[in-house]
Amino acid sequence: MSEAAPLLEVRELRVRRGRRTVLTLPHLALNPGERLAVIGPNGAGKSTLLEVLALLRPPTQGAVYFQGQPVGGHAAELVRLRRQMAVVFQRPLLLRGTLLENVALGLRLRGQPAAQAAAVAQDWLARLGVAHLAARPAGQVSVGEAQRASLARALATAPAVLLLDEPFAALDSLARHALLGTLDEVLTAAACAVVLVTHDWREVRRLAQRVGVLLGGHLVQLGTVTEVAQHPASADVAALIAAGR
Amino acid sequence: MDIIWQGLVQAVELLVGGDAQVWGIVGLSLLVSGTATAISTALGVPLGLALALGRFPARTGVISVVNSGMGLPPVVVGLGLSLLLWRTGPLGGLHLLYTPGAMVLAQVLLALPLVAGLTLAAVQQLDPRLRLQILALGATRGQLARLLLREIRGPLLGAVMAGFGAVISEVGASLMVGGNILGETRVLTTATVLATGRGEFDVAIALSTILLGLTFLVAGGLTWLQQRGPHLDE
Repeated sequence: MSEAAPLLEVRELRVRRGRRTVLTLPHLALNPGERLAVIGPNGAGKSTLLEVLALLRPPTQGAVYFQGQPVGGHAAELVRLRRQMAVVFQRPLLLRGTLLENVALGLRLRGQPAAQAAAVAQDWLARLGVAHLAARPAGQVSVGEAQRASLARALATAPAVLLLDEPFAALDSLARHALLGTLDEVLTAAACAVVLVTHDWREVRRLAQRVGVLLGGHLVQLGTVTEVAQHPASADVAALIAAGR
Repeated sequence: MDIIWQGLVQAVELLVGGDAQVWGIVGLSLLVSGTATAISTALGVPLGLALALGRFPARTGVISVVNSGMGLPPVVVGLGLSLLLWRTGPLGGLHLLYTPGAMVLAQVLLALPLVAGLTLAAVQQLDPRLRLQILALGATRGQLARLLLREIRGPLLGAVMAGFGAVISEVGASLMVGGNILGETRVLTTATVLATGRGEFDVAIALSTILLGLTFLVAGGLTWLQQRGPHLDE
């Protein structure tokens, strides 16, 4: 493995659903510790890209590379690599049980003893500001609190890559603003690489260093947040940025 | 009304009095239907999960078969199995006809589609992204299956109850492949049919009351399990 290899990379990617091609991406790379946003309107292929990067959906063509190595389709290899990543979806998707049990789940699946996993989970619940809800059943907290627990669950496993699929979409503006601030602080401390999928330019500006713009399943622009904001590649990109300002 | 009252009194007398014949029938009913339900659960839950999560060419066809099987008439199962197990039939060499083994087999054929179909329906009711979320947390296939089953614990116990309810109360298949032989293959339902045919309504009512009580007890136990609070520890 080369030291210069990106942490996560896709090459000549094509994803089809039925007869329709929903995503075509010649190349995209994520470097260690980098925060990359992918912005686009609904139906642009953002969530599909995230699922491919998370190794939850095999591409129709092309390949995903993790630390310079192509990812095969072997189940054991997929589990091993997924355990170096974490995903937070739009909805919190908590399981039965308390918030503490949910946050400890990733560690328990990796074979960590219950007490050790619970201690780590409690710490992450505190960092996300919901430690007081640790013993509360998942079904008895607000969406905002559940999404904080979901982020804590993802970060508790100390992933090399955190993949966020519009994690603020289900929240009201107040909860979204509060969580944006918390997440920015937490991500800075965690120093993991991040891919944030969103349609909101404010989230891009707040959380990302680089941004790719996805329109109709194609990456139409990729650059630093400042570059893209100052020199949008097309009127559509400019409109997407303006909508979130 | 007198005949019903007499039947209820006799049911209590038969049970409390320790009537060996009745207790034998009760025991065999529980053994046959319990075994059939256990086998159906052991096969039907993984089958339902596989149909819910898997993608393979014959999937829709298998789901259609399972769904059709949920309404399988017991007499049809009894007839089909009798033909297979008949001395000159393809499985005649097993010498299973008119044994409790044949009754278990018949009841498995009745309960298996119910357990598999209801498991499939329960998993399909979950948010499809929940499966992705569990995989993204680093779950192996086995861990994914365990966690999904825990998510559908309530409906799953409902499926087991439905399976047990269907087989403990069926009469057609057990009568045809069991033969209703006293001390060997006579269960509560077939004994009730026999008593009614003989005009022994008090005995029939007594046996029916015991059957109802038994069903209520088992369903009550499973309901208690179903309604207990969630617990996530491994």
